[in-house]
Amino acid sequence: MPVSTQAIGKSYPPATYAVGREKIREYALAVGETNPLHLDVAAARAAGHRDVVAPPMFAVVYSAPAMTPAMFDDEVGINFARMVHGAQEFRWGPLVVAGDEIATTVTVKDIAERAGMGFYVFESRSVNQAGEEVCVGTWTNIVRGG
Amino acid sequence: MDVELRVTPDRYLTVRYAGASGDFNPIHIDEEFARSVGLPGRILHGLYTMAQVARAQTEAAGGPGSLRRLSVQFRGMGLPEQEIVVHSIIREERDGVAIVDALAEQGGSAIIRNAEAELRLA
Repeated sequence: MPVSTQAIGKSYPPATYAVGREKIREYALAVGETNPLHLDVAAARAAGHRDVVAPPMFAVVYSAPAMTPAMFDDEVGINFARMVHGAQEFRWGPLVVAGDEIATTVTVKDIAERAGMGFYVFESRSVNQAGEEVCVGTWTNIVRGG
Repeated sequence: MDVELRVTPDRYLTVRYAGASGDFNPIHIDEEFARSVGLPGRILHGLYTMAQVARAQTEAAGGPGSLRRLSVQFRGMGLPEQEIVVHSIIREERDGVAIVDALAEQGGSAIIRNAEAELRLA
């Protein structure tokens, strides 16, 4: 399955996501979190946080507005009908809390062909309103040949 | 130490997770569509299952701030209404940092394998 590698190194404009208290709660409940830091403002404040704390995997929510245009970029050329999510890594910095504004920039790290499959690797870098790096994600999507 | 987290996503979990995450790919929420593309039915979002691996770490290690890094490989497909078991084993521990090997399985098949977490211990 020939892949086009011309988009390697391409970056997309940052996309900013405003983190809402109810969105954190909705996400936390969907994934089964019971820690009151994610659900209860008073508990979060008592623990020294400004507001409810996002679970680490909430990174998928604040990264999404930046990831979507990269994934759907014609120059990258992913065939979604044959795509599977192959691997994922996140590295986290300071915790994200409700009220934060997270700006995420996505870069095409690699596009390669191995064993008849296309590998598309994206990196997302998310920083909060204070300029602190809160999360770096590596997203590996695999497109099966055929 | 082998720590286990068990969770059974209910019939409508994928719908709630789609709303919470913003991933409305119909393979997760539309039974008919999923079958039309050769799947056994609606499948779990891989990132939902990864969130269970993450939760297993933060619940064992003392909260969301303890998880510094998590990497996973997705395999096969997860299904609603079947128990997920996350297994986690500390591989090494040094200077307050633990490296944990983990996997998530359903019915004896790994749906996440080669997961590695880095935890800052309280």
